[in-house]
Amino acid sequence: MRLINQRLSPPALLALKLAPFVLLIVAYLAGSAARLTDNPADKLLPALSSMATAIDLMAFTPDRRTGEYLLWTDTAASLQRLGAGLGISTALALVLGIAIGIFPAIRALLGPFVGFVAMVPPLALLPVLFIMLGLGEISKIALIVIGIAPIMIRDMAQRVLDLPREQIVKAETLSANSWLVVWRVVLPQVLPRLIVSLRLQLGAAFLFLIAAEAISSDSGLGYRIFLVRRYLSMDIIFPYVAWITFLAAMADYGLDRLRRWLFPWSEMEVGK
Amino acid sequence: MTALTITNLWKEYGDQIVLENISIDIAPRSFVALVGASGCGKTTLLRLLLGQEQPTRGTILLDDAPLPTEPGPDRGVVYQRYSVFPHLTVLGNVMLGPEMAGSRVWGRLTGARKSALQDRARAMIADVGLAGAEGKYPAQLSGGMQQRLALAQALMMQPRVLLLDEPFGALDPGIRADIHALMQRLWHALPMTVVMVTHDLREAFTLGTRIVALERTRIRPEEIARYGAQIGKDIAIWPPRVAGGGTIYDNPALRDDPALDTLIAGRPDSIERH
Repeated sequence: MRLINQRLSPPALLALKLAPFVLLIVAYLAGSAARLTDNPADKLLPALSSMATAIDLMAFTPDRRTGEYLLWTDTAASLQRLGAGLGISTALALVLGIAIGIFPAIRALLGPFVGFVAMVPPLALLPVLFIMLGLGEISKIALIVIGIAPIMIRDMAQRVLDLPREQIVKAETLSANSWLVVWRVVLPQVLPRLIVSLRLQLGAAFLFLIAAEAISSDSGLGYRIFLVRRYLSMDIIFPYVAWITFLAAMADYGLDRLRRWLFPWSEMEVGK
Repeated sequence: MTALTITNLWKEYGDQIVLENISIDIAPRSFVALVGASGCGKTTLLRLLLGQEQPTRGTILLDDAPLPTEPGPDRGVVYQRYSVFPHLTVLGNVMLGPEMAGSRVWGRLTGARKSALQDRARAMIADVGLAGAEGKYPAQLSGGMQQRLALAQALMMQPRVLLLDEPFGALDPGIRADIHALMQRLWHALPMTVVMVTHDLREAFTLGTRIVALERTRIRPEEIARYGAQIGKDIAIWPPRVAGGGTIYDNPALRDDPALDTLIAGRPDSIERH
């Protein structure tokens, strides 16, 4: 049988899905054990026990100086920035993307401009943002928005343009004016795509968040990682990276479930 | 009653002439089948009637008034594909037109107006044979059911002109025969003029009152861009079908006409179902 036609039993599928994760953990444990036998004070690949101690210290023990539980205050600070950045970007993408996609005048006015702005490397603008907006929350949120909004706007606009012209004409013959075409025909059909677009930009949003926090902040997941880097505290950095990855994966999964729940028809259209 | 009058119509895209000097009067309540080879401008003519595109030269009159320059509710349309909205259920698709006509901001009706419209929509859905499918999405319907839905959706607006762009071209023969019967029944029942683009001559003769063939007469490579399609044949169906009234078959006096036998021969479907 050709490899492309291979049929796998459910247990085999599960085993294959889990294999890379198991392999990664085993490789880490082996490497860690080997290094620790050579040098019990090794900081590069700490043992799981020392990571557990570090997690306990960060997540379940109040900080000696501030009395806060650092992992949770860091998470809250980061998620607030991320949420604000993603929220603003999504709103911009929805409004500007649909406007560019459906109104010829706005497409002429903003289409090329947004395409141009999307090419500005956002991290190169970070110093400008810090200088103009200060070192507070606004500059970090602004970096996320500048980083992902143009791409989301372009994606939305393209999605609107991809709607068959027949549908728009059909809506006109059903008495729709411009606004009703947007409200009853275009908007509901691009909302599922907006969620997909948001999912695809989660990784980039985290990138810009952590970059901004690394440079100037006094809380946040990125801030903590770059702070403890000075002490080579891999026992804290590894759990923090795993936590960030977990948060991003959950957001990704949750958004997909949200799309299926809100727009059941979007699932049926797949492959058509 | 709605008549369409096309006078000296030309349509050009840059140097390419697609339609050349088309003039035709379409009587109220006719069912015109527009036939012709692929790429001869049938669909372009339909788009011009829809108002989606503007003629380069010439005029189109709808009841002696110039045709509006954009699509509107007086002209309904059913395409071969993309005729219904994938994000709305069958009921939602059929209600959409009157909802948007009745509520210009939210596009949704409430209360008594909504329930009245729902009743009307359900009746229309049952009329086209989709009863029981009200809650389904188009993706859950077969091709034939989708086209029935598209007809129901368009007819809710009570258009004066119904434009059909190869609406049944992608359907199986059996399904197509059923939907032809539906189409004919609707044309008899509702006060509308129908213009249908088709490449299926059999379909054209089954449904139409008049067959109009677009033809390119000059097809040498150096001529093809500079000469558009013209009306090559314009055939009135005999025995004439009359919307709402029926045909010669409903008028026994005409049955003795000896010409009838030859006309019926080989065309069992011309014994109308109404």
